[in-house]
Amino acid sequence: MLTEEDVYKVAELAKIEICEEEAKKFRAEFESIIGYFNLLDEVDVDVEPTFQVLPIKNVFREDIPKKGLSREEALANAKHVENGYFKGPKIVE
Amino acid sequence: MDVIIGLEVHVQLNKLKTKMFCPCSIDYHGDEPNTHVCPICLGMPGAMPVLNKEAVKAGIKVALALNAEVQPFMVFDRKNYFYPDLPKGFQISQYDHPLAWGGYLTIETDEGEKKITLKRIHMEEDPGKLSYKGSITTAKYSLIDYNRSGVPLLEIVTEPVMNSPKEARLFLNKLRIILEYLDVFDGNLEGAMRVDANVSVKGGGRVEIKNISSFKGVEKALTYEITRQKNLIRMGRTVKRETRHFDEANNITVSLRSKEEEQDYRYFPEPDLVPIYAEELIEEVKQILPEMPEEKRERFKKQYGLSDSFAKVLVMDIKMANYFEDVAKVVNPKLAASWIVDVLRGELNYRSKDFTFAYEKLKPEEMAKLLNYFENGDITEKGVVEVIRTKLDKGGNVDKIIESKGLFAIPKEEIERLCIEIIEKNKKAVEDYYAGKKQALNFLVGQVMKATRGRADPGETAKIMRIILDKK
Repeated sequence: MLTEEDVYKVAELAKIEICEEEAKKFRAEFESIIGYFNLLDEVDVDVEPTFQVLPIKNVFREDIPKKGLSREEALANAKHVENGYFKGPKIVE
Repeated sequence: MDVIIGLEVHVQLNKLKTKMFCPCSIDYHGDEPNTHVCPICLGMPGAMPVLNKEAVKAGIKVALALNAEVQPFMVFDRKNYFYPDLPKGFQISQYDHPLAWGGYLTIETDEGEKKITLKRIHMEEDPGKLSYKGSITTAKYSLIDYNRSGVPLLEIVTEPVMNSPKEARLFLNKLRIILEYLDVFDGNLEGAMRVDANVSVKGGGRVEIKNISSFKGVEKALTYEITRQKNLIRMGRTVKRETRHFDEANNITVSLRSKEEEQDYRYFPEPDLVPIYAEELIEEVKQILPEMPEEKRERFKKQYGLSDSFAKVLVMDIKMANYFEDVAKVVNPKLAASWIVDVLRGELNYRSKDFTFAYEKLKPEEMAKLLNYFENGDITEKGVVEVIRTKLDKGGNVDKIIESKGLFAIPKEEIERLCIEIIEKNKKAVEDYYAGKKQALNFLVGQVMKATRGRADPGETAKIMRIILDKK
């Protein structure tokens, strides 16, 4: 039911390059993972969906500004920086 | 050919103080890049978002004002995509449990009122801003500023119910008015409202124009795009379904093939945020919902006896409406309305300013004082305009401007004296007048105007002149 095509598509979406061998391996692993989900078919469908496993709701913050990072701190981990900007790839072809 | 337009409007809730999920200030306009950031809006590992309560309340306010069904249960989801404007690899947005479903607002078209129905309204975080050295197509890399990343955003999605670029503009104008009434939005800030427009012409595929960043841009982009599609159809070619980019500098749309292939956002509930049960918040917001434009228009007509046309214009801008009410406290409201709508508004437009500027430069109390002088005949119409212009351009004190420019109207006795003097001096014109030449009167009045350097009221002077001449 799960094809190698599907595996390639997921890899593409995750921006990961995979080889044919890996595609075969992942296909089998994906299938076994998805197999677990078939267990859900045994559950009564009237049950409330779970959006959050924590038993809490309505966690808010007041709209009060706090100082964040300095620009030096913000850029500290970036490999590519120019004039205070992060440098990123070109997006459009 | 039939045209169908639907809009996705991104509105920054920019009257708030902080971002959607972190306490970074959103007052970043004009500041250096990456100076309003923290581990949360930079998407650093382990950073946890906490929802801004006021942002939710502002969202509810907007949804209620747009007649939408605000949902008592809301969930945030992750919208997954790789694009450097979002450092996390996903945007926190809402998917199947958004802020609100449905809603509408009414626009006034040439054919009468039209209801623009909405599909949904949801909350999300604004992405960072990409810029390019040179143009988007020739630059080798992008420069990223995350000051905007995480600003509270509403996405308002209309049904595909608009049939012309003009309707799209009317919709956006009306939306802006409402958002400003709610005090959640300042449309003057750069990037405050950004629009994606879907447009199709009968017989063609649907084209999405992405990220149009100004009000005027929307009408232009749509007009261009419709012409392009119609031409293709006329030539017997197909309009393919695609995404295009509006090139604001050249007023055209261009096809942009994004590296991201067929979009698949793989939404799932954001595990770092908990669901919102909003019933109490909705009730709370209902109590503080302000008077909306249509209600204000009716009240202005009733309370101040204004004509519908004046009331309609005044309520188009909450600041103008407030300014009017401040002036009308002390001055005849009809007089105030006509001066504000017909003169002050024009003078502001001419200077590309709005009523915020008027509040600074010509306070309602000062405008009221000026109009009181006018009502009492102490200053002419021309004089009032002169003072308004001087106040807007140079500032200063109303009385001093009137005095220094000699704008106080000439008393009636003085005009009478001048009329008699002019009559004595211009025997020929007087004869012409008695002979029935109408221009002669204009000439005589003109002489009085000249003698007073335009300070005499021409209508009043003509009246006095005629009375004196006819008495003889």
